[in-house]
Amino acid sequence: MGDFLQMLLGYINPYYLQIIVNIGIGIILALGLNVVTGLTGQLSLGHAAFMSIGAFTSAVLTIKFGMPFSVNLILTGFITAGVAALIGLPILRLTGDYLAICTLGFAEIVKVVFLNLDITNRALGLTVPAANTSIPMPIVVWAVVILTIVCVSFIHSSRFGRALMAVRGDEIAAEAMGINVTLYKVQSFALGAFIAGVGGGLYAHFMGYINPSDFGFLKSVDILSMVVLGGLGSITGSVIGATILSAAPEFLRFMSSYRMMVYGGLLVCMMIFRPNGLMGSISFTGLVLRALGRKPHLKIIMEQKSSETSRSDNGDT
Amino acid sequence: MFFQQLINGIALGSTYALIALGYTMVYGIITLINFAHGEIYMVGAFVGLFATAILKVNFFIAMLIAMAVCVLLGVLVERIAYRPLRKSSRLSALISAIGVSIFLSTLAQMLFGANAKGYPEGVFPVKQITIGSAEISTLQLLIIAVSATLMIALEFIVHKTKIGKAMRATSEDYNTAALMGINVNMVISFTFALGSALAAAGGVLVGLLFNAVSFNMGLMAGLKAFAAAVLGGIGSIPGAMLGGLLLGVTEVGGVALGFSSYRDAIAFAILVLVLLVKPTGLLGRKIQKKV
Repeated sequence: MGDFLQMLLGYINPYYLQIIVNIGIGIILALGLNVVTGLTGQLSLGHAAFMSIGAFTSAVLTIKFGMPFSVNLILTGFITAGVAALIGLPILRLTGDYLAICTLGFAEIVKVVFLNLDITNRALGLTVPAANTSIPMPIVVWAVVILTIVCVSFIHSSRFGRALMAVRGDEIAAEAMGINVTLYKVQSFALGAFIAGVGGGLYAHFMGYINPSDFGFLKSVDILSMVVLGGLGSITGSVIGATILSAAPEFLRFMSSYRMMVYGGLLVCMMIFRPNGLMGSISFTGLVLRALGRKPHLKIIMEQKSSETSRSDNGDT
Repeated sequence: MFFQQLINGIALGSTYALIALGYTMVYGIITLINFAHGEIYMVGAFVGLFATAILKVNFFIAMLIAMAVCVLLGVLVERIAYRPLRKSSRLSALISAIGVSIFLSTLAQMLFGANAKGYPEGVFPVKQITIGSAEISTLQLLIIAVSATLMIALEFIVHKTKIGKAMRATSEDYNTAALMGINVNMVISFTFALGSALAAAGGVLVGLLFNAVSFNMGLMAGLKAFAAAVLGGIGSIPGAMLGGLLLGVTEVGGVALGFSSYRDAIAFAILVLVLLVKPTGLLGRKIQKKV
């Protein structure tokens, strides 16, 4: 089966294939950060640190133990989430910009520590052997993308997701409603880190070479831009934002050295003209339902009607 | 040895403080983390370099030219990239600031090349003065003196002039200040101008101190200065000075104790530790939260 898939992928131009995989990894990372910043409202400027931890953990697991890639990725995710929970417990007591600078500081510390460890091969970076799987990497990456989108969608509409949104709305009010704010913040932080760790593992094995300097402040900013550009808290937005910003540097390549300059200008313009992100509060399922001529969120409308009738009942009595 | 390192630390720390003041003033007024501030500092260093190398002016005039150019740049950046976003979410403005930062640093890379450049010889005659066991260069004394002068001037502007009063009123309450007849837009532009001038001065001083000016010097310096501003309590002007000095001294101390490969992490480790104990920074105001 692996050979067959590999043969199919052979028909795609390798350059385009690389862009497609980069987009996939971008989507995974953006969705992870969207849980922390979009859904829970905690600004993180150090998401690349978790990607870094994931990438190096996964690479070391492959090098030292050669374990199957699926087990490797899951283990990587849990280890990254564990680190995030450990870090999150003290620093998530901070709010707003103090939290943002703390995550930034944490990311810089992770980078410098990895630059000085033997197991990460110091500043030389680590060459990652091929993943222990028969399925080609592009397929693995996109399978994980789909899995992540499905999981995150479930989280958005679950009890857990609603609690996170309550924390975003107002921490004190959420606490008064019986939500354990610290617990939920740490959980969302760990969840975002889990996804970032898996993304990092995929990145390491797809690229074949990782260096701690690749996961610096600019990488964190990259991921944050994807989430904000797409629209905070919107899954569709994160997917679109990640697609645009992962592909933009490639499509701007013809401008050679002007490329990053245009990218910077593009960020400013997009924010000025769409300050709430491209998607804002629009959701993809809502759009499709509307296009089909159906009213979206039928369940919600039904619930509203039933509550209206019950209210009028009360009025009668 | 200790005295020597202390002087080194204070010299480095006062340049951090100069940059941190710009962060903290802008934050105090429009609660925006101005990530482009580090690039303004970088531009200041380049303008100073060209003023001394091409125009052959003396050091102080070069610094004044750099400050003037950066004032214009800072006000321009605010006009183009931040003012349209003043009513939208803070994150959008933050991303816009990051966009400006990427734009400016790439522009500098294209205009001036990727290699670090040094100031021409003899711009400022450096002599070593021996006090006890410590060797202090006149350059370090110059940095400390210029920074102190600028900070005293800033304190004067903020506390003794009419525009300073307007700045304090605007940072207290933006809307009420506007209702009281303060031209809020003008005050914000003035704040950006002040912060950019200080950053430019810091850029020229650091360019002299390390004798290296490069397009990417703004990133790390900007992050550390931001850390200094938060360490002191963001929005507080004395806090930024204190935070800058503290970071400079601990960084130099850490390097002297043999942690030189962890140099960039020291500043952030101190920051995280201090915030865990004092969540609003050293001199930050406690904010009462209400529902």
